Amino acid sequence: MSNATSPQFKDNARAALADPDLQNALKFVELNFASRRREAVDKLPEFDELRDSSRDIKDHTLAHLDLYLEEYEARVNAAGGHVHYATNAEEACRIILDLCRKLGAKTVTKGKSMVGEEIGINDFLEANGVTPVETDLGEYIIQLRHEMPSHIIAPAVHLTKAQVEADFRRVHTQLPRDRNLVDPASLLSEARGVLREKFLAADVGITGANFLVAETGTSIIVTNEGNGDLTQTLPRAHIVLASIEKLVPTLDDLAQLLRVLARSATGQEMSVYTTLSTGPRRPGDPDGPLDYHVVLLDNGRSAMLGGEFQDMLRCIRCGACMNHCPVYHAVGGHAYGWVYPGPMGAVLTPSLIGIDKAGDLPNASTFCGRCEEVCPVRIPLPGMMRSWREREFERHLSPATMRAGLAFWAFFAKRPWLYGLATGLAARALAYLGRTHGRFTWLPLASGWTRRRDLPAPQGATFQAQWKARKAGR
Amino acid sequence: MVEPGKRVGLFVTCLVDFFRPSVGFAAVKLLEDAGCIVEMPRQSCCGQPAYNSGDRRTARAIAEQVVEAFAPYDYVVAPSGSCAGMLKLHYPHLFHGDPNWLPRAEAFADKTFELVSFLVDVLGVAKVDAVCEATVTYHDSCSGLRELGVRVAPRRLLGTIAGVTIKEMRDAEVCCGFGGTFCVKYPDISDAIVGKKTANITASGAEMLVAGDLGCLMNMAGKLQREGSTMEVRHVAEVLAGMTALPPIGVPPPSIAERKP
Repeated sequence: MSNATSPQFKDNARAALADPDLQNALKFVELNFASRRREAVDKLPEFDELRDSSRDIKDHTLAHLDLYLEEYEARVNAAGGHVHYATNAEEACRIILDLCRKLGAKTVTKGKSMVGEEIGINDFLEANGVTPVETDLGEYIIQLRHEMPSHIIAPAVHLTKAQVEADFRRVHTQLPRDRNLVDPASLLSEARGVLREKFLAADVGITGANFLVAETGTSIIVTNEGNGDLTQTLPRAHIVLASIEKLVPTLDDLAQLLRVLARSATGQEMSVYTTLSTGPRRPGDPDGPLDYHVVLLDNGRSAMLGGEFQDMLRCIRCGACMNHCPVYHAVGGHAYGWVYPGPMGAVLTPSLIGIDKAGDLPNASTFCGRCEEVCPVRIPLPGMMRSWREREFERHLSPATMRAGLAFWAFFAKRPWLYGLATGLAARALAYLGRTHGRFTWLPLASGWTRRRDLPAPQGATFQAQWKARKAGR
Repeated sequence: MVEPGKRVGLFVTCLVDFFRPSVGFAAVKLLEDAGCIVEMPRQSCCGQPAYNSGDRRTARAIAEQVVEAFAPYDYVVAPSGSCAGMLKLHYPHLFHGDPNWLPRAEAFADKTFELVSFLVDVLGVAKVDAVCEATVTYHDSCSGLRELGVRVAPRRLLGTIAGVTIKEMRDAEVCCGFGGTFCVKYPDISDAIVGKKTANITASGAEMLVAGDLGCLMNMAGKLQREGSTMEVRHVAEVLAGMTALPPIGVPPPSIAERKP
């Protein structure tokens, strides 16, 4: 997807903060996800050990990714499927379109796929005469609204129920106008009814993959709605679209990672559906696709291997980092301006679209560390955001005023005696100015602070000055 | 456990040095009461503003200076989880791969502690001799909590103050939105985050907000005061040292306040 608004992060954030519907919707994330995860984790005493071994499984896989890719491809072929490698988004889109054309597909159903968003497959197919239909409820809603997902596991979490109701009434004009859509169940059943026809009409089903297992050539999706199963079993062909880091060596490794995935994501022990697919329908199988294709996307990931950001490739897309992020809670996912929001997006997006475009993302963090604290594969997210800041600083991409301010401060900070002199004078002056109220409601050069908060006045002389005087007096 | 007479180098932190020296004196009192000899070499800052802005070179230059300055002491103690976290966790990282400096930075890190956890976990202080009639709510500052694991120690000591009742706020462990330079780089987001924090502080029903980091305290105090709240905001060291007769953060001394029309 090329239409990233990440360079306008600050404007996006300001708009998000002023959007009452969004702020209302975001409360759901803040109130529910963290507490549900906590409850699930508390019930599993070995959870932290599972995080360690999950990290180790992913690290091991990444260290030998070439071998596991080869093995995976061989297994997929042996099962009668086909593997296609795509270097970038354009190639992946082209491969999928070619497959659709070969199969004569008019409509394709889609299970939720963040990689699909990453490569912009929907717009591409639509522009080329193939109609994509999202079948995950959240994805279906944002497709109706022509929006990007705002969360990697809850794509429409930025919307209120009333907004969804309005969208359904706007789009589902074939249904009676006076129907009741007040409760969430009626929305769900309406979507289900509309989608049922699409499932039956689709020629191709495209899903993502939460994991790919090398030893068996299996792709795995986890869903809560069952839409993924219909997407991949009903049409004539199933296309799996996944990025290369989704690989794990064995089914045992898969079982291990599944134990941390749903708990971290939604607080469930397991998602409702965990579906393993290996190749197309075999003779004697009651159902399943006749063709099975896997499109493996690189799109900048192999360049991350062996580098400073390799750990990011451990990510299993649970969303726990954003569910616990105060910045995400404040501005939601769209403010980040591209496919991946929150802390994981703040690290991954610059790798994929460039730090020159996504420079704000790794900066817009308080480094509170909650993301790293909950990450099921222990990705050092704040540390990697700092690494991005270092690259920006080295490449002179950080704002000139910030650099000038920093240089001014550093001049003194590197010379403690001069620093003591300067702060000694400044503290006394500010203490004098603030003596009546004890704080400032406005101060030149500090408006970033004082526009929304008071600034306490210094008490008087600095500690170091007072300490020196006290020592001299002894 | 530390033998009496150990020399502690106080890393006072730039914010305490500049805005609220009384926190430094409270730290000195607590350390001296626990039998330490407290000294303070000349210092500026831990280097976090540079480190978190991507200016690794400046951060390292400052780190070298701090490691040198504190070489003579048995311990380095800071009344801040954020600065202590920088000294203890991030300094070794800054010298990664440098055979000359890394061992020094690691030795320095080993002897560096956040004030309250040093009192409780290293010195074995079990109670403080202070009085404060107040219902107190404690905010866990992020670095202290998540980098250094400071959570129980401040609550335990606060609980030994005569007159103190602790009332936990909702989401005490969630960030206040300060984030160092974050609060001026992204003031709107920072404001939204601290607004949620002050709502939780107010809803706790406490009369006094206490935390271990002056940056967070200034942020929360500044927001509370802008909202018109009369909540007293104080650093945990001042409360533990029995220095609550001092005006709270952002409040003028009574003599001046009384003279106001």
